[in-house]
Amino acid sequence: MTDHALDPRAASPTWHLAEQEDHDHGGGGATILGFWIYLMSDALIFASLFAMFGVVSTSYAGGPIPREIFDLKLVALNTALLLASSITFGEAMPHMEAGRVGQTRAWLAITGLLGLAFLGIELYEFGQLIAEGASPQRSAFLSAFFTLVGTHGAHVAVGLIWLTVMLIQLGQHGLSLPMKRRLICLSMFWHFLDIIWIGVFTFVYLYGVIR
Amino acid sequence: MSDSILKTIFGRLTFESFPIHEPILFGTFIVVSLLGLGIVGVVTRYRLWGYLWSEWFTSVDHKKVGIMYIILGIVMLLRGFADALMMRAQQAIAFGANEGYLPPHHYDQIFTAHGTIMIFFVAIPLVVGIINYVMPLQIGARDVAFPFLNNLSFWLTVAGAVLVMISLFVGEFARTGWLSYAPLAGLQYSPDTGVDYYLWALQIAGVGTTLSAINMVATVVKMRAPGMTMMKMPVFVWTALCSNVLAIAIFPALTAAFFLLMLDRYIGTAFFTNDLGGAPMMYWNMVWIWGHPEVYVLILPAFGMYSEITSTFSGKPLFGYSSMVYATVVITILSYLVWLHHFFTMGAGPSVNSFFGIATMVISIPTGAKVFNWLFTMYKGDVRFELPMMWVVAFMLTFVVGGMTGVLLAIPPADFVFHNSLFLVAHFHNTIIGGVVFGLFAAMVYWFPKAFGFKLDEFWGKVAFWGWVIGYWVAWTPIYIVGLMGEPRRVNHFDDPSIQPYFVIAAIGALIILVGILGFVMSILVGFLKREQLRDTTGDPWNGRTLEWSTSSPPPAYNFAITPVVHALDAWHDMKARGYERPRDGFRPVHMPRNTGTGVILSGLALALGFGMVWYMWWLAALSFAGLLAVAIGHTFNLNRDYFIPADEVSRTESQRQQLLLGAGA
Amino acid sequence: MSTEPYDHALHAHGDTMGHGSRRGHRIGSLLAIILTVVPFWLVMSQQGPAPGWTAAVIFALALVQIVVHVVCFLHLDTRSEGGWTLLAFLFTAVIVVLTIGGSVWVMFHLNTNMMPMPGGMTGPVR
Repeated sequence: MTDHALDPRAASPTWHLAEQEDHDHGGGGATILGFWIYLMSDALIFASLFAMFGVVSTSYAGGPIPREIFDLKLVALNTALLLASSITFGEAMPHMEAGRVGQTRAWLAITGLLGLAFLGIELYEFGQLIAEGASPQRSAFLSAFFTLVGTHGAHVAVGLIWLTVMLIQLGQHGLSLPMKRRLICLSMFWHFLDIIWIGVFTFVYLYGVIR
Repeated sequence: MSDSILKTIFGRLTFESFPIHEPILFGTFIVVSLLGLGIVGVVTRYRLWGYLWSEWFTSVDHKKVGIMYIILGIVMLLRGFADALMMRAQQAIAFGANEGYLPPHHYDQIFTAHGTIMIFFVAIPLVVGIINYVMPLQIGARDVAFPFLNNLSFWLTVAGAVLVMISLFVGEFARTGWLSYAPLAGLQYSPDTGVDYYLWALQIAGVGTTLSAINMVATVVKMRAPGMTMMKMPVFVWTALCSNVLAIAIFPALTAAFFLLMLDRYIGTAFFTNDLGGAPMMYWNMVWIWGHPEVYVLILPAFGMYSEITSTFSGKPLFGYSSMVYATVVITILSYLVWLHHFFTMGAGPSVNSFFGIATMVISIPTGAKVFNWLFTMYKGDVRFELPMMWVVAFMLTFVVGGMTGVLLAIPPADFVFHNSLFLVAHFHNTIIGGVVFGLFAAMVYWFPKAFGFKLDEFWGKVAFWGWVIGYWVAWTPIYIVGLMGEPRRVNHFDDPSIQPYFVIAAIGALIILVGILGFVMSILVGFLKREQLRDTTGDPWNGRTLEWSTSSPPPAYNFAITPVVHALDAWHDMKARGYERPRDGFRPVHMPRNTGTGVILSGLALALGFGMVWYMWWLAALSFAGLLAVAIGHTFNLNRDYFIPADEVSRTESQRQQLLLGAGA
Repeated sequence: MSTEPYDHALHAHGDTMGHGSRRGHRIGSLLAIILTVVPFWLVMSQQGPAPGWTAAVIFALALVQIVVHVVCFLHLDTRSEGGWTLLAFLFTAVIVVLTIGGSVWVMFHLNTNMMPMPGGMTGPVR
């Protein structure tokens, strides 16, 4: 294929390159960047929900106010669980790179259990609030609270489903290239949810209680 | 059967939901069904289902996905334009005692559907389709970064369009205007299915648009040919990149706003209600955070199309390439700072209004710079006034007026007078038709021979051109005038008979535009019949300057047999100038993505989910949601996603091309 | 794709998103724990200064913690993906600030200006 690739100093330089796998590959190398961009757009959905919450955060409509309904001990526990799950996911990654399927799956399973506990406690908290009459229909503040925190929770649920699928597929395929790529995307997703939670516990819970 | 069982199965769908008592709708329904049956009949008669399914519907080839997007856009243009004709007819006759033929109840659905369809299902699909087709070719790539996602994005857009079309005959569409402002769009004031159709259609299509934008950005960043640095990218690629970056930045706001309105409507939250502390204006705020940049999402690629065409038909490199790039980037950022000018009258006060007014005026500067760049590209150029170039000139003459009325509207005190007047309506039609639509037609005429191997018929192309340009001015100049006199938008009846002539002229203008639309359809049909005369064997019918013209027309599935290396901004012009010769041998197997039906299936399920939610058929919604999850997860278990085109097949295709070129005397 | 001899898709472009060094991860975990515990302690023990100051401190800590997570857990740096991920992140940060800040600013002014006043319509105020 080099017969037409003339000397670059001449009038006609090289016009073609031998097959460059990563260039014409249709996707391989772009997955992680593409997923990153998706996370950015998801971050902007959360930004809109935060903006909504910010605008109506004091629109109590005579209903309950944050100080009366937020149980910070529960929130602290939940925050600890989610942060721990982020850390355990980070522990799985060196094992993935070293190709140790067993340890990778073990750390993933721990991460999943922590995530499940987080979700369970959040549902318990929601149940308690609704039982006390602090339902999403009560005031704009509560609508925004349930929606923001609930959307984050729904993302965690999606993450858990993905994690379960990952555990199965790791069992089937081991740490093949597509599996590694997916695992990296899932780890980004999981850490991303933890970052959103920083905004939630600071802006919604802690700031709500002191304002 | 008891009522409760019926209700469980059909939700709120009853016999009354079908508009058999409305003659206009019923007639439309019969015509559409006959047309649909006719198409199904022809496809079945010639046994084309298998071909369509395996070669088109399931295709992940960016060229085919692009063409399907454009077909969707043109079909929906016909629907949206039918709405426009009905409105023009109503406003031309409904004066004084004459109530016209459209009661408010129906008229309101028509203007809502018109706006919604024209932006979401005409402009977006056409822009996305052309980017899809052209951009990968211009950067020397074989496909987009995520081919399956591309197919899925397209079908999700189709699902949204189908849901809007269903609303024509099953139940009603929204009567709330094209952005369905709260609190009017809340359950209290719009209890029927209209707003739900609107929300689900746009939400499903919006997912498609977001995914497609992510895909395009990743493609530009990751898949450019070797040597193509950022400042060697064709301007169209730059504008496509900026437009898609902007789309990723804004669609989340729209998704969130619609999501919150859905919650208000389905579970009774209090985001946009008048009571319980709701903030209806926050809905306006969120939809316009999307809405204003969306204008630039549409028009930036159009600017790119004009740039490519001006440069090609002036036989010169684009004047001020880098200033064009910087202007595009500046618009991308600034367009995010102007949203409030859509509701100056809300009452946010002088400080807020001043900020957004000034920002709006500032954004006209980079846009103006672009117009000068095109003019200077033409200056002392060897300008060929072929059809695409004619559209560009018409654009410059028309769009500048639209831009200037926009600056008028940017002044908050003036806007207090013009707000919700027909002047505003004339302004945005001036920018969208004169800016986006003319660009889309220019681009379709320009790149059609690349996609199909023959040029469009020139006579009918000119009919289309003159129909649109004359029709635009005849239709919208009177609307500017009555708008300036203070006539409001969105009304189906006027009391003052002295303004009737303006509306009659506007209706005539709409009919002239109809001639333009039919002319375009004819230029395709006649072009197809005369395709042997209009055949492009060179792959480069316009003496183009960018890489897409270096491959054959239509390009092979793999686009480029061997990846080109880029040395200059106008890469193909550079290759031609320096005696480039095509490779004759040494071909290797080409790695390609495999077609898949998953996108069609997922979108079908999304459509069922939307329909179930609109009609409160909870079982259908739940089933299709579960189906969506199952199919999506199932898709991840399929790792057999690619294949190789063997080297000898590539070699055969390329030598056929060589024969063609020799025949053309190239 | 699984037949390919080397891991080019993950390493050819220096893609290290999501799997950086082990040491970075440990340091990040430690910092994240501290940055989480301090604001909770400030608020729950009511040890903070005036509420306004406490709010400022917890918001500052949240910003720092977000940066820590992004750098140590998401491994964002100037090199990965040729700087594109960093560019995307910074652009998103600007948009997030504009969306939240702009909306709150606009709606605050609306609420202030359109508040019903005891004396009826008294005209717009700043």
